Amino acid sequence: MNETDLHFFIDSTVNYFEEVTNEKATTGIPYIKGDEPVVLEYTGIIGISGKRKGSVYITTNAAMLNDLAKIILNLEEVGVEDIRDLIGEIANTISGNVRQAYGSDFMISVPVVVDGKTKDIRLPDSIQSFVIPIMWRNYKSFLAVCLE
Amino acid sequence: MQKKIKVMIVDDSSIIRQVIQKHLSEYNIEVVGTAGDGKTAIEVFKKTDPDIVTLDITMPEVDGLTVLEEMMKINNTAKVMVITALSDKATGLKAMKKGAKSFLGKPFTPEKLKESFSRLIE
Repeated sequence: MNETDLHFFIDSTVNYFEEVTNEKATTGIPYIKGDEPVVLEYTGIIGISGKRKGSVYITTNAAMLNDLAKIILNLEEVGVEDIRDLIGEIANTISGNVRQAYGSDFMISVPVVVDGKTKDIRLPDSIQSFVIPIMWRNYKSFLAVCLE
Repeated sequence: MQKKIKVMIVDDSSIIRQVIQKHLSEYNIEVVGTAGDGKTAIEVFKKTDPDIVTLDITMPEVDGLTVLEEMMKINNTAKVMVITALSDKATGLKAMKKGAKSFLGKPFTPEKLKESFSRLIE
């Protein structure tokens, strides 16, 4: 993975928030994931296969998903099932959109959603993983990208 | 009174299904079926015979492009609008080649969805 790869994911993430909420999200400086856990309350994980192999996940808190779901559905209240579904859809959209850069040999899986704070999300040890901090409103989320 | 357009919504995300239904509610449509995976989508399509289908690609069981092929075998007059995060040109062309009438990338705004839908029913 190189800087260009990271930019594809950063652009895809920023575009997602802007298109869906009309509000800008900002990203922090990406860093290499070490042993420290990067996991919040809800995580959407996508497996990557084809030309590139690895996985991508986005992890965030219920409060952020709650705000985002309310905007998307234009409702005052949303349910737990909606926010659980939404984290999977965000992961799917951010990962799917980078195909514009990588081409259709970049295959993505359906999302797997982990809810509740687990110890960490396991990524392949053999591949370096990068973490991109994301700020939208006052909420912090993280996008982890692990690609061969 | 004009006959309602029968619409089927296929997406593995319940939020996206709700959003599509909500934004299309201002048209003279009846949502005759929804599905969250490809296998169910084919079954619901056979049962409900929709005029228009909104169809995701990345789904459990059977992917949307395979579903599209099956739908076209069953009824090739149905108009299929593919709505997917796989928004690259090659995927769009593949979908059109398999019989889709419209292709919309995610994330989409209500305006973009309505614009595509309006063109489809013209």
